[in-house]
Amino acid sequence: MSWRRFLKRRWWDDERAREIAAYLENETADNIARGMPPAEAAAAARRKFGNTGLVREEIYRMNTIGWLESTWQDLRYGVRTLRLSPGFAAIAIVSLALGIGANTAIFQLVDAVLLRSLPIQNPQELAEVKIVGGHHGMGLNQPYGELTRPIWQVIHDKQQSFSGMFAWSVNLRYVGQGSQMRHFHGLWVTGDFFRVLGVRPWRGRLLMPEDGGACPVTHAVVSYSYWQSQMAGREPGPGTKLVVNNDLVEIVGVTPPEFFGMSVGDNFDIALPFCQPKEELRRDIFEVSVMGRLKPGWGLPRASAEMQTLSPGIFEATVPPGRDTGMTETYKHFRLAVYPAAQGVSWLRESYDRSLWLLLGITGLVLLIACANLANLMLARASTRERELAVRLALGASRFRLVRQLLAESALLAAIGTALGIALAHSLSGVLVWALSTEGSSVNLNTGIDWRVLLFAAGVAILTCAAFGVLPALRAAQAQPAAAMKAGGRGMTTGRERFSLQRLMVVTQISVSLVLLVAALLFVRSFRNLMTFDPGMREGGIATGFLGYWQSNLPPQRWAEFQRELLDEVRATPGVLDASTTTNTPLLGSSWGHGVRIGPIEGNSMFTWVSPGYFNTMGIPVVRGRGFNQNDTAASTRVAVVNQTFVRKLLGGADPIGQTLRTGAEPNYPSTVYEIVGVIPDTQYNDLRGATPPMTFAPASQFPAQGPWTSMLIHSNMAPAATSATIKRRLAARHPDVIMEFSDFQKDIRDQLTPERLMAMLSGFFGLLAALLAMAGIYGVISFLVARRRNEIGIRLALGAEHGQIIAMVMREAGRLLLIGLLAGAAISLLAGRSARALLFGLTPYDPPTLVAAALLLALIAAAASFLPARRASKLDPMVALRDE
Amino acid sequence: MGKKPTQTDILQGTLDLLILRILAPGAAHGHAIAYAIERRSEEVLLVEHGSLYPALHRLEDRGWIASFWGTSENNRKARYYRLTATGRKQLSAEMSRWERVVRAVNQVLRPAEE
Repeated sequence: MSWRRFLKRRWWDDERAREIAAYLENETADNIARGMPPAEAAAAARRKFGNTGLVREEIYRMNTIGWLESTWQDLRYGVRTLRLSPGFAAIAIVSLALGIGANTAIFQLVDAVLLRSLPIQNPQELAEVKIVGGHHGMGLNQPYGELTRPIWQVIHDKQQSFSGMFAWSVNLRYVGQGSQMRHFHGLWVTGDFFRVLGVRPWRGRLLMPEDGGACPVTHAVVSYSYWQSQMAGREPGPGTKLVVNNDLVEIVGVTPPEFFGMSVGDNFDIALPFCQPKEELRRDIFEVSVMGRLKPGWGLPRASAEMQTLSPGIFEATVPPGRDTGMTETYKHFRLAVYPAAQGVSWLRESYDRSLWLLLGITGLVLLIACANLANLMLARASTRERELAVRLALGASRFRLVRQLLAESALLAAIGTALGIALAHSLSGVLVWALSTEGSSVNLNTGIDWRVLLFAAGVAILTCAAFGVLPALRAAQAQPAAAMKAGGRGMTTGRERFSLQRLMVVTQISVSLVLLVAALLFVRSFRNLMTFDPGMREGGIATGFLGYWQSNLPPQRWAEFQRELLDEVRATPGVLDASTTTNTPLLGSSWGHGVRIGPIEGNSMFTWVSPGYFNTMGIPVVRGRGFNQNDTAASTRVAVVNQTFVRKLLGGADPIGQTLRTGAEPNYPSTVYEIVGVIPDTQYNDLRGATPPMTFAPASQFPAQGPWTSMLIHSNMAPAATSATIKRRLAARHPDVIMEFSDFQKDIRDQLTPERLMAMLSGFFGLLAALLAMAGIYGVISFLVARRRNEIGIRLALGAEHGQIIAMVMREAGRLLLIGLLAGAAISLLAGRSARALLFGLTPYDPPTLVAAALLLALIAAAASFLPARRASKLDPMVALRDE
Repeated sequence: MGKKPTQTDILQGTLDLLILRILAPGAAHGHAIAYAIERRSEEVLLVEHGSLYPALHRLEDRGWIASFWGTSENNRKARYYRLTATGRKQLSAEMSRWERVVRAVNQVLRPAEE
């Protein structure tokens, strides 16, 4: 077997044919020379040579590669037969392309969010050092912050496991000055960050250890996208400077386009070196993630063991000050361990892990339904081709060869469908990423097609091909030539067995559709529950604001007063009904708590310091005692309003008014005694989901840690966007140095529901698609069964059956299939429900109304789909039907 | 199929050897090779001339012979075959193997002769 020969086999065949012709000419000429008449001479030459055809065939066979040749034949035959029924081919290809496209698109997201490694060299060497079990909410927490900078410094000085280490953190800060000031996504890194990761500069140079000296920062690099969009691709260097956080910083380089930082789904704008402030580093801000490349031969267990040994020393040396003994002891007992970090970190992983796998399952089921439809079509086609197959069997084709040929047809359909599906998936996944993004946080994901996606698509293609191709092919090849030919092509031979295969397909479709419809209804209802859920406070008509005045050069003792002035100006804005400052905006994820002690009881409570108008602004009634007023000042008694959960859990239901609570000491928050003066009902805290924790409110005037900024909640009788614009205009005129950001409270809450909305939309869409596919499937099979029973129905009609009886007969058949399908589907739904439990809000996966509604919907669809063929059967003219006999 | 009783079917596997040997003195075309085998074996070895061509194809595929189109002695176009260097080596190897086999067979057939 030689490929060279194989590729030239036709040329060789011609060559040998010419050679044989030359031989025959030669021999004939010789024969004539020996005295034979020409005709006899040619015949004698042919006799002498033997069978020319056989010789050529033998040589051709030597040149060919058998399986390849016959596969090629099968494929060409497949193309020809598909061309003969373009309608069938189109339906098959389109439904496969949709099914495989949807699956591949979801898988692209799974790949990008959950599977893909960071785009750096040897990502598998990367590992992260974290506290086992987290830091128990001790101190301030920043996104992806696992350790404090002092901890990082000790680890860096003592560790042996890593060949190179770095710490990084991300935060939203400001670039520019005055009204030109904008947010940017900052990435703070230690000196070795880019060297350890092996990131090469796109322009200029990247940050090095020398850049990270004493504050302020003087050098920074920008991401490629920021460089393009905000800096117009200006060459980095001494002349290119930006004002970052009020410091003039030289942009020394640009990172390559594929580098987005360490968190998948985000993109940084400006990367800055950590600098050393004049005062000591804070020991209570968990702001950095510590990573490094493990030395060759150091696995995770060995590195973890080293960290375990180092832990007591590390935590002993970095105890945060101003905490009570219990907290300090807990801190000293923290243990470090090393975790894989090849994929970086990602908030998307936590929010979407389960949803994505579930969606992949859902699209897989949709594809399964599509496959069942195709299998039915193939079965129907096979029965019309029965005679053709019988003839070929009779002529000596092996059954194996026939199966191969029919499978080649399926493979062809699957291949074309997959190719189109991959193209489709590319745009679909783009739409999905867009759907994940909200105004506040745009999602940046590389959903490129890599080997994993291709492998997945190929796997899906093979599975689908097997799913819709194998059974019909095997079935078709079992044709009994004699019987099939005798029946004269009118398909009298089909036994119950083939029908039962098609019935099985319909039952499968119905049960799978039920599962998908149940899932769709659950997710849609869960989303609706969230959208209509009352968190116990006003959502609509509220604007949230963030006002920063660190550029106003006010002395710290003026901060609280200036904050009140700003609030008064906001309240004086036309249209504003009420407004309040707060140290923590509810429902948007952030939280602040303290340990509290009431007499002998110890516990934890959330703490928020608000101005007097807070409860009124948010529409929260004070059910006992009083709210705050102007008499609660920095000099007066510390007072607090608590919620009912607080009363229940920490006061044992006793009358709270007049009771006192003492907070545990923390940096900037000395231990303080508050007198409870009022009670509010339970509201949600920082999330729509979840139980309400004990909550304490205290007057803003008594806030011990006032900074040069404040958050506001503004209730107005206009749209929040309009209110915000007015306030911004008025304040900017008087206080040009104040940084202001406003947002729509309700919109921000709903943006937090993006995962739920996506789940509801996609599962709803796929549920409907499944129902439609099932409808087509039921219609097809019932029509087919009716067509097969034409004669029988004709006889029944001739013997006096009523139209209604015929319709009932057909519908009974469909009803039986429906019933079995629904029962199986209900069982599967209940089994599969567990995986959806964590994603549902306000209902359980075992929700009888949902199940019943889905079943009714499906029953309706099945009835509609089978009524048409049933009616057609009842309209049959018995004479026509019987004449065919 | 009119087989003369004096003719014998060619021994399995010896056709290759015969072709190589015929080509040893110089190039020849298929027709000439077929007749050469018949003539030299005094018409004892029968080759159905057609069966020569797959053998030629096989030998060429192995690189033992090479072919070219040429003009025959009576001015007709014909495909000529000649031995290649490897073909020549193969011929001597096959020859000595054949002689060993013949000697061995003879010793079995006529043991008394020694």
